[in-house]
Amino acid sequence: MELPPKVFYGIMAVLGLVSPIAGFAAGGPLGMAFGLFAFLVIGGAVVCLWEPSIVRSAFSLLATFGGAAGLFLLLGADFLAVSQILIYVGGILALILFGVMLTPPDLTERSVPRVAGAMIAVGLAVAWVAAKVSATVSWAQAETLPRPGGHAREIGVGFLDPAGYVIVFELAAVVLTVALVAAVYIARRRKLDYDQEGSAA
Amino acid sequence: MGLGAYVAVSAALFALGVTVIIARRNVLYVLMGIEMILNAANINFVAFNRFNGDGLDGRMFAIFVIILAAAEAAVALAIVLNVYHLFQSVKPSEADLMRE
Repeated sequence: MELPPKVFYGIMAVLGLVSPIAGFAAGGPLGMAFGLFAFLVIGGAVVCLWEPSIVRSAFSLLATFGGAAGLFLLLGADFLAVSQILIYVGGILALILFGVMLTPPDLTERSVPRVAGAMIAVGLAVAWVAAKVSATVSWAQAETLPRPGGHAREIGVGFLDPAGYVIVFELAAVVLTVALVAAVYIARRRKLDYDQEGSAA
Repeated sequence: MGLGAYVAVSAALFALGVTVIIARRNVLYVLMGIEMILNAANINFVAFNRFNGDGLDGRMFAIFVIILAAAEAAVALAIVLNVYHLFQSVKPSEADLMRE
């Protein structure tokens, strides 16, 4: 069963209108924002899964990452929201788009039965775990607790505090350096490749 | 909106990420699925941190997850380009040199 793109995106647009309204009905203005961001997160992921064109899939991740940044804002983690936009949208998404541009597209690769089968399998697994979790965990107490700090200053102090996260901070710096140098090393074209091209030509 | 709502969104994003990895036959989709899964984990970390009172631990964890995701994306892109160069294909099932 192949949905025409117009029908699919029409359904997504209707859901995008309904979810903020449903959120507003459930929790006022904050609930409305939550509904919008939750729709962006999940709708972007659904479009990425469904869309035959990999360029559109990659761009739909924009909605997912942006919506996650909005959820971080709602949770009071403003520094994290900004870093999410900077790193995910500005960095990782751009890297994925480079990958898309440097490899050939294949518009016939998506198959509806495989997507549907995977959705059913993973959906059953997640539903089973969710049923187990919601039966054993009590979610009731949390909402009245005070909202913790965690703005840029506190996070910066936490990074440099010897009793805090300074070791992990240094470790992250080393990991980033090693990973980026390694990425350049792996991605470069070797002299052998040029020689082969020269002999083939 | 309580903790349960955020955890539900995160679970849905995680499930969609796994589905993308399973259902699509392109290494770049695997990358996208991994990023979705990491994002779902991040939403969980921040939500539990917010509703669990004191401390910064959840946010710090989320920041380190973002850092590692950036490093992973760079290395994975380099690997994807190399695999394409070697096999002339981006299908994960065709990178099977070690089987021979």
